[in-house]
Amino acid sequence: MRREDFPILDLMVHGKQLVYLDNAASSQMPQQVIDRLVHYQNFEHANIHRGVHYLSDMATTAYEGAREKVRKFLNAKESREIVFTKGTTEAINLVMHGYGRKFLKEGDEIILSGLEHHANIVPWQMLAQEKGIRIRVIPMNDDGELLQEEFAKLFNANTKLLALTHVSNALGTVNPVKEMIAHAHRMNVPVLIDGAQAAPHHRVDVQDLDCDFYAFSGHKMCGPTGIGILYGKAEFLEKMQPYQGGGDMILSVSFEKTEYNVIPYKFEAGTPPIAAAIGLGAAIDYLSEIGLDVIEAKEKELLDYATEKVKKLPYVRIIGTAKKKAAVLSFEIEGVHPHDVGTILDTEGVAIRTGHHCAQPVMQRFCVPATARASFAFYNTLEEVDKLVAAIEKVQEVFG
Amino acid sequence: MSEMRALYQEVILDHNKKPRNWGAIDGANRHAEGHNPLCGDHVKLTMNVAEGKIESIAFEGVGCAICKASASMMTGAVKGKPVEEADLLVEEFRGMATGSLDPEQSHLGRLKVFAGVRDLPSRVKCAILPWHTLHAALHSEESVSTEGASDPVPGE
Repeated sequence: MRREDFPILDLMVHGKQLVYLDNAASSQMPQQVIDRLVHYQNFEHANIHRGVHYLSDMATTAYEGAREKVRKFLNAKESREIVFTKGTTEAINLVMHGYGRKFLKEGDEIILSGLEHHANIVPWQMLAQEKGIRIRVIPMNDDGELLQEEFAKLFNANTKLLALTHVSNALGTVNPVKEMIAHAHRMNVPVLIDGAQAAPHHRVDVQDLDCDFYAFSGHKMCGPTGIGILYGKAEFLEKMQPYQGGGDMILSVSFEKTEYNVIPYKFEAGTPPIAAAIGLGAAIDYLSEIGLDVIEAKEKELLDYATEKVKKLPYVRIIGTAKKKAAVLSFEIEGVHPHDVGTILDTEGVAIRTGHHCAQPVMQRFCVPATARASFAFYNTLEEVDKLVAAIEKVQEVFG
Repeated sequence: MSEMRALYQEVILDHNKKPRNWGAIDGANRHAEGHNPLCGDHVKLTMNVAEGKIESIAFEGVGCAICKASASMMTGAVKGKPVEEADLLVEEFRGMATGSLDPEQSHLGRLKVFAGVRDLPSRVKCAILPWHTLHAALHSEESVSTEGASDPVPGE
């Protein structure tokens, strides 16, 4: 499927054809997005929201056009609910500073899940330490699914925020976020969803989910690094304090008083990564043209095929066996450390991630120091899954 | 395949499977722990040093094959040796693993099987961790991390 759009997939590594299965860490970029970046640099670049000259208008129009593409992609009500950040991590930190520091106080509680990436743990811990806030964690079962009954029990009058991942980066578990958001709202608790692993792989409708915040990154969905999105309901963004101060986020400045700009500009201090934002817009066009439904179906086919094949290897244990999973296959090979697995697969041209995936609590839950993780994108093929399996067999040959 | 075999040689696989000097020495007068926070490698080293000589040494921990084999072969190489000789081996091993020292110009002997790691930047830390830990134990630092300033490879 559109494999020819991705020049990097033709690469040879260690004398072997590259098999890129590290898409959950970062996806590859199609020529269409690369071309859009080049076109911007060659014909449209200037600073935005400033000059009255031709190029500044061109750049501003393209940048704001990208914001509108993101709005449509998420089905947000208004484009002013879309804040450009440098990634999911910054988006979450923005909410921690802008919302958490302003509205949460000592004795309050934040609910997180045991599946979170460090990016959705550490900012809240920093806030907890600063304010004297308690963090409570939703536990999971042996398949890596959150325990919904335990989740419901965590709420009380002090609960002030639920910060939850849509899809687990380490295990692939797809959480029933819509139901969990509805439950939190019944308890009057706002919800932030970490969508870094969800937005690239299936349709996200923030109005349907009714989440108060949704964060994701451009580079995991065929876009550039250095750009991400914070969606926030306008009523929340309006009452939040700015995250950083500087140019573009103000209406007027004197040494006595500064008047902040309206949303979303209040949160976009300084010159943003203009090219990256426009590149993200192009990536959204690219994915939308293929269709998120088509992408989801293709990735499910790859995951099912890989799971079936890997299950047949008696020395491999799959970690993360939720009923609803994104195209992530975390596994360990009996008696072989994941880093040795990763090195041997690499010499076969197969690129996977090994380590704790910035989700150490998940590793602790499954009593492993690390796992090997293959993650698929729509441009991967069944033949590549076969190469992965052959490379795993080679590991066993060396260590067995 | 050849590149892979260059690192995962029989001797390394053997030491990984049957690590020598495994365990902890009761009443050891030197000890240190080494961590690689990135991959979870963890080495605990205990030894007895008397009259400037490493009389006994043992290690335990969790880690990848490269780390475990490196620790195992290291204990074998320094046991019974004067501290200065162990210090020299630490220096030379670091040099070999980071590519700044030609192993043929060293006293590393059998430890030269780890030379291949210099072509795998992401694995250099695995091989060096036990040596960092040995250095710490000999010079009375209680714990080391491969994310430390003395690490030749910047942390992720």
